[in-house]
Amino acid sequence: MALINSRSSISQRGRETSPHALGQNSTQRVMSLVIMATIPGLMAQTVFFGWGALINVAWCSLVAMGCEAAVVSLRQRSVSFYLSDCSALLTGVLLGLALPPFAPWWLSLVAVSFGMVIGKHLYGGLGQNPFNPAMLGYVVVLISFPQEMTTWLPPLGLEGHNNSLSDALFTIFPLGQAVSVDAISMATPLDVLRENKSLTINELWEANPVFDGMAGRGWMWVNLAYLASGVFLIWRKVFTWHGPAGMLAAIAIMATLFWSGNGSDSQGSPLFHLLSGATMLGAFFIITDPVSGATSNRGRLIFGAGVGVMVYVIRAWGGYPDGVAFATLLMNMAAPTIDYYTQPRTYGHHKANKGLPKKD
Amino acid sequence: MDIVLYAIGALLALALIFGAILGFAAIRFKVEGNPIVDQINEILPQTQCGQCGYPGCRPYAEAIANGDAINKCPPGGQATINTLADLLDMEPEPLDAEHGQESVTKVAFIREAECIGCTKCIQACPVDAILGAAKQMHTVISDECTGCDLCVEPCPVDCIEMRPVDITVRTWSWALPQPNHGKAGLIATDLRGQTV
Amino acid sequence: MNAIAKSPHQDIQSPVAGSQVIASSERKIWPLTGGVHPEENKHQSTSCPVSVPPLPETLVLPLSQHAGLPADPLIRVGDKVLKGQMIAKASGFVSAALHAPTSGTITAIENRPIPHASGFYDLCIILAADGQEQWCQLAPVTDYRQLSPAELVEKVRDAGISGMGGAGFPTAIKLAPGTAINTLILNGTECEPYITADDMLMREKADAVIEGAEILQYMLGAQECLIGIEDNKPEAIAAMRRAAAGKNIDIVVFPAIYPSGGEKQLIQILTAQEVPSGKLPADLGMVVQNVGTAVAVKEAIVDGKPLISRITTLTGDALTAPQNVEALIGTLAQDLLQYAALKASELSTLVFGGPMMGFSVDRMDIPVIKTSNCLIAATEDEFPAAPDAQACIRCGHCAEACPSSLLPQQLYWHARAENHEQLMHHNLFDCIECGACSFVCPSSIPLVQYYRASKGAIRTQEAKHAKSERSKQRYEDRLARLAQEKAEKEAKRKANAERAAKLKAAKTAEKTGSDAKAEEDPIQAAIARAKARKAAAAGASESTSAGQAPSASDRPLSAKQKELKVQLSMAKAQAKKTERALAAAEASAELKGDRGDIEQLKSNLAMLHEQVSKLQQAFDEKAQDSASKNNPEKPAKAPLSDEAKKLKIESAMANAAVKKLQRAIASAGEDELDTLKQQLVTAEQKAAEMKQALEGLS
Repeated sequence: MALINSRSSISQRGRETSPHALGQNSTQRVMSLVIMATIPGLMAQTVFFGWGALINVAWCSLVAMGCEAAVVSLRQRSVSFYLSDCSALLTGVLLGLALPPFAPWWLSLVAVSFGMVIGKHLYGGLGQNPFNPAMLGYVVVLISFPQEMTTWLPPLGLEGHNNSLSDALFTIFPLGQAVSVDAISMATPLDVLRENKSLTINELWEANPVFDGMAGRGWMWVNLAYLASGVFLIWRKVFTWHGPAGMLAAIAIMATLFWSGNGSDSQGSPLFHLLSGATMLGAFFIITDPVSGATSNRGRLIFGAGVGVMVYVIRAWGGYPDGVAFATLLMNMAAPTIDYYTQPRTYGHHKANKGLPKKD
Repeated sequence: MDIVLYAIGALLALALIFGAILGFAAIRFKVEGNPIVDQINEILPQTQCGQCGYPGCRPYAEAIANGDAINKCPPGGQATINTLADLLDMEPEPLDAEHGQESVTKVAFIREAECIGCTKCIQACPVDAILGAAKQMHTVISDECTGCDLCVEPCPVDCIEMRPVDITVRTWSWALPQPNHGKAGLIATDLRGQTV
Repeated sequence: MNAIAKSPHQDIQSPVAGSQVIASSERKIWPLTGGVHPEENKHQSTSCPVSVPPLPETLVLPLSQHAGLPADPLIRVGDKVLKGQMIAKASGFVSAALHAPTSGTITAIENRPIPHASGFYDLCIILAADGQEQWCQLAPVTDYRQLSPAELVEKVRDAGISGMGGAGFPTAIKLAPGTAINTLILNGTECEPYITADDMLMREKADAVIEGAEILQYMLGAQECLIGIEDNKPEAIAAMRRAAAGKNIDIVVFPAIYPSGGEKQLIQILTAQEVPSGKLPADLGMVVQNVGTAVAVKEAIVDGKPLISRITTLTGDALTAPQNVEALIGTLAQDLLQYAALKASELSTLVFGGPMMGFSVDRMDIPVIKTSNCLIAATEDEFPAAPDAQACIRCGHCAEACPSSLLPQQLYWHARAENHEQLMHHNLFDCIECGACSFVCPSSIPLVQYYRASKGAIRTQEAKHAKSERSKQRYEDRLARLAQEKAEKEAKRKANAERAAKLKAAKTAEKTGSDAKAEEDPIQAAIARAKARKAAAAGASESTSAGQAPSASDRPLSAKQKELKVQLSMAKAQAKKTERALAAAEASAELKGDRGDIEQLKSNLAMLHEQVSKLQQAFDEKAQDSASKNNPEKPAKAPLSDEAKKLKIESAMANAAVKKLQRAIASAGEDELDTLKQQLVTAEQKAAEMKQALEGLS
């Protein structure tokens, strides 16, 4: 009786490796949580800079999904399997947020498709890309079309622009009747500060009343919105605090060190740097991309700090008004090296292994 | 004129100093490395089967060191080729089919009832893994057998066969997971014949 | 590091724990690195007390139920054994004995499916129960303090106790560590979901656990005894506290987290110390034992009973009556599951052990062994198949969960690349395979399997390397031996030549006249010697064949018969080889559509078959001949053996021809046909010669 082979009553799944119980976590969940978390920032951008941001995000997402689907089907893989992890959507959303609100449609198209096709899939797809695809796309258009990329609107709010949704649509997709962007565009506070040679900070802000407040009215609120979402994501354990903390601390320290008060050669206050430009978007949504960042917690701290220092350096002395994209890409390159030197100390070992494995 | 002399003098002095430092470093920090032949021999599987065309692993190691191809060792298989390529900083090549196919580990087995005790296999065995004497039945010490195949040919009564080494409970281990039915593989070629 | 000490008061938040737990000792505990909180699912099996299932008809006792070498059977098939009788003894230092769980008859010692992740068979003793439950003579110890620790260790060894927690390391070895032990830690953590065997044991046998702890403490000379229990077992904690009252035993309660029950992790929680990599807790002066092991030790010493049963949790949604049972070692899973009212149609996965580290099996006729703490009969909903693995996005959740502070995501990349160097650099072998990383992985990557496979591959490679080192040594030794033999031969030859030269010189000096005769002399002598030897050998073989009492069927073969037999087997081999070549040729011809060489081979084969049958005939005739004569005539022997020698050479040549043929077929060029024809001719010649020779013989 004991010899009865009762195989038939057990399903044909066969032997599987443990664990048999699995957690509820999924890539899709992680990605969609991050996408959700961009909503406050997106709302703030829409409120202060008009419908452009919203249209941009929608257009970029569409292009990103399209690129993903196209490449995946070229690679003869299941399109639904890949699209369902929401990673392409996230790249699209982030690029949409990062690009100027009235960036013309072809600009977004170039940025997104470069990021997705060359930045992600040519390296092997999700998980294989050494660079942050969104930032790669951003930098490509930043270098290629500097004029379009530095054209932001004054943060007047929706009413201030007197700009309807359809206006915004036609600005981005100029089908016949073009609205001149130049007429309503202006530089960002970071740009203004960089170009400033003669005015003290106070005079500068007086000359540009829309930038009142700590870092320019709209910019500050947008950054605060991203900060709040970022804290929420850390609380939900989507990523750890190390990367953002490293980056923000580094920016704050650099800005404090090189802050020469109110004079015309001033680089702006630490608070100004923390709350303007893409600081918070970068700290919580860009450098926390796990694929292209450092691996261990210590590594992430170093990675974040590196980005922070680089952002400040580019802002203060570089040729571009904001440097989050460049800083991220530069640190992406450094990530493998950081990984080599930041292995955590394993249980039962005196110290962590460093560098490359030793050949004997 | 003086300037030229000064310059030459300075350069000479520098050359001497750096030369001295380099010479010192060469002696002080000399790395006692294995000769390359030993390192290659270390990687080869030591079956001494001669499938590479050399009479043993060491001769083949010497031949590799002198520039022979690294893909002539079927018992070592692709793993050995890769390690060799790594050591010699070459591109790994597929196994040269002319020298044989990579197969599972085997050991020789003598069907003892048929053995006539001719000692031919004992003479052929490169690692002395066959036990026996003239007119006595022979047997293989399977722990020592390298699976080189060399004893099979000389047997006049064909009583030696190569048996694959069975995996037991104690030697079993999990295999790497299949790369996901081709869904998340890196490139189209890792579909391995499957379509999505 | 994690030196943040927390008092138990802050940590205990279990709703059921109640105030009794909070009234715990003031002992500090330390947090575990990483860890996860899987759903506990422990309540299902704790509602009723531990029961004893009916005695099964058959018990299957694997010889390898523990870490180390399999046990060595002491009984034969058909033996009657008594309950508790040792039926297999430890076969080495790291091994454990095996005892009959009930009285009955050994019906077989054979390969049976065993509880192992591989799904393999292994050697088992099969015991048919006679229902008498008749115990063998037991030797209880009334006061264990009268015995020395070494004697007690011997008793533990004889009782066949191995760790009951899961790894199954023979307990006796852990109890004689050779270093001073300060702390005995009993592991009542049971951090894996579903399993409640230790929980129920502590609830029902708290006194035995404490007594076992005291015995172990005495054996180890440990000043301190800690019993670590997770705070999700309030009843067990209360029972243990009651039993330990007034004793030098500390019950330490800490918050539930997986995998706090790992030996290294428990030490970290209780003492903040870390077991150095590659070392044992004994190197820190600690020994960790499962609470079940403590009870087994108590029963072995105080009651004299060997380890023949254990508490096993039967749980899972496919059971109507999940519960804990005191199962005899060797009871088949199907018997136990039936006892717990299995809904067979709902069973989807049967897991031995817990859901985090257990292994699934694909059949139910697998026995419970000393390490089987749980059987989970899970439904499809309970343990659904893992979704397809997605790409790793290096999110690092695994690293957060890893109790060993490894970087599972890096290990995964290196495992996929089979980069063993990097794996070692990332401390792969410090992975305890707890499964926390797989559990949290958002991409559903079977990380643990990657690590297990890589560990296996690295071990295999190391074993291969060790073997190749040995082979190299043996090869070099052989070369040295051959060189030495050659040198010796050379030296001998030289010496002989010199002696001959000297002799010759001396003789030529003595008598120059008769040098022709002198030259012949040594040859003559050699011939004479050879003759003498031959004669002696013939005499010897005759005497041996005469000395043996020949039975009708098993008569020793005469020399002639032997020769014939050799020829026969050679011819058979030849035929077989040709057959094989034919098969190969047919296969290749199938591909090429060329059947020319096949015909050749077929005729070859026919020829050889004919040859074989001829030889067989000759052999049979000879056999009849010798049967009638019983003693073959001696004079006929000498010429025949010459003939036989010749035949042997012929057949060897034929053999070689066939071999060549085979090679030709293997390369299978169409232009080889000429060679094949030639071969055929040779084979024909051989066959003809053989025939002649045979005719001559018969």
